[in-house]
Amino acid sequence: MIKFLTLLGRYFLLLGKVLSIPEKPSVYYKQTMREFVFLGINSIGIVSIISFFMGAAITLQTAYNTENPIYPTYLIGLGCRDSIILEFSSTVAALILAGKVGSNIASEIGTMRVTEQIDALEIMGVNSASYLVLPKLIATLLFNPFLTLISICVGILGGWLAGTQLGVITSEAFIYGIQYAFIPYYITYSLIKTVVFAFIITSVSAFQGYYVSGGSLEVGQASTKAVVYSSVLILLFNVILTQLLLS
Amino acid sequence: MIRIQHLYKSFNERTVLTDINVTFEPGKTNLIIGQSGSGKTVLLKSIVGLHEIDSGEIWFEDRLFNKLDFRERKEIRKEMGMLFQGSALFDSLTVEQNVRFPLDMFTDKSMEEKTDRVNLCLNRVNILNSNNLFPAELSGGMRKRVAIARAISLNPKYLFCDEPNSGLDPITAILIDELIKEITQEYCMTTIVNTHDMNSVMEIGEKILFISEGIKCWEGNKNEILNSDCEKLNDFVFANSLARQLKTSK
Repeated sequence: MIKFLTLLGRYFLLLGKVLSIPEKPSVYYKQTMREFVFLGINSIGIVSIISFFMGAAITLQTAYNTENPIYPTYLIGLGCRDSIILEFSSTVAALILAGKVGSNIASEIGTMRVTEQIDALEIMGVNSASYLVLPKLIATLLFNPFLTLISICVGILGGWLAGTQLGVITSEAFIYGIQYAFIPYYITYSLIKTVVFAFIITSVSAFQGYYVSGGSLEVGQASTKAVVYSSVLILLFNVILTQLLLS
Repeated sequence: MIRIQHLYKSFNERTVLTDINVTFEPGKTNLIIGQSGSGKTVLLKSIVGLHEIDSGEIWFEDRLFNKLDFRERKEIRKEMGMLFQGSALFDSLTVEQNVRFPLDMFTDKSMEEKTDRVNLCLNRVNILNSNNLFPAELSGGMRKRVAIARAISLNPKYLFCDEPNSGLDPITAILIDELIKEITQEYCMTTIVNTHDMNSVMEIGEKILFISEGIKCWEGNKNEILNSDCEKLNDFVFANSLARQLKTSK
C-alpha cells in the first residue's frame, strides 16, 4: 500500500512539473508539431487498418446473429454504427494506441534517462519533465479525437463494404441503419473518453519512462509496464466514464 | 571558483562520500581521480545538483548552491556546461541542433547569430562539415567533441566532464584532454574532470583530488603525484607492473 501511494505521489509530482509554464514557448511549439507527426499522424495508418477490418467483422457478426425475419436488416447498420461509436473507436482504438504510442513514449524517455540525456537537460536548467512530456501530452490530447473520428468513419466504411460485397445487407439498408435513431451525444461521449484515454496513455507511459534506472533491460520493462498499466486504466476508466456519461 | 565544504552523501544506508573539502580554481583543469566505485561520479553529480547532498556546502563563487531553490539554481545552471561519459547528445537532433539547443532555450538571438555561434563552437572542437549528421552517425571521439561544443555554446563559467575519454583510443583521448585544457584557459572556466586515466592526469592535471571509498585521500598537482606518500594513491598511480618497475628503478 505504501509503495502504491509512493508511486501515486511521484506520478502527481511529475504531472506538476509537466504542467508548469513552458520556459520557451517557441521551442515547445516546434516540439509539439514534431509530436503531432510522430504520435498522431503516424498512427493514422494502424488505426485505419484495424478500424476497417473491425468494422467489417462487427457487421458480419451482427448479420449472422440477427438472421431472423423478425429483425429488419437495417439493424445490422445500426448495430455496426453504435458498436463502433460507443466502444470500438474510443476504447479499443485507445488500447491499440496504448501499445503503439505508449511503448514508444516509455522507451524514448526511458532511453533518454539511461543515456543521461535527461541529466543533460537538467544541467542546462531545462525543466526536463515539461520539455519532454508536455508536447506529447498536448499532441495526443488534440490529435487523438481526430483519430477517433477517422476510426469511426473508416470502421463504418469497412462494415458497409463487407456487408454489401458479401451480400449480407443491401447498401440502402445499411445506410438507412447508420442514420436510424442516431444520437449525436454518442459522438461527444466517444470523444470525451478519447481525451481521457489519451491523457492516461501519455502520462502513465511518460511516468514509466521518466523514472527508469538501469539499462536497456529496464527500459524494455518500463515499456511493457507502460502498455499494461495504461490498458488496465483505460478499461477501468471506460467503466467509470460509461456510468457517468450514459447513465 | 567552486568550494566544497564538509560534503556528505549517502544512498539509503550506504555512505558514498564522507567529509569532502576542496576548492576548484578558475582557469585550471581540476581533476577528480580514483578507482571505479570510489565516488567520483557521485561527487561530480552532487556538485552540479543532480544528487541532493545529505549535508555540507557547495559554493559557486559566493552563492551557496545547495541551499538555493529551483529557480535560483536554474540561473547558475545556465553558467554550467557538462560533458557526460556517454556524451548524452540528443538522438533526435542533428549535430547543429544539439549545439544550438542551449541557445534556443536561453537566448533571444536571431537564427543567423545562433548559427554563427554554433559554427564557431564546432570549429573550435574541429568538427567540420558534420552539421546535419545525427549522433548515431558519429564516432565516439566526434560525439565527445560535439558534446564539448554544446557545453561551451553559452560561454559557461563552469565545465564538468565525467570521464571524457572513456572508450576512446589513447591518441583521441589525449586530443580530448588537450581540447578541454585549451578551452578552460581560453574561457577562464572552472573545469572539473572525473577520470581514472593516468594519461589524462599527467597531461592536464593542474590540480588533482584523489578520493578512495568516498574519502578525500590526497590533493596536489601532476608534478607532486609521483612523489606522494599516500599509500592508496601510489597503489592507484602505480597499478601496472611497468609503472611499478619505473618507480622502483627511480
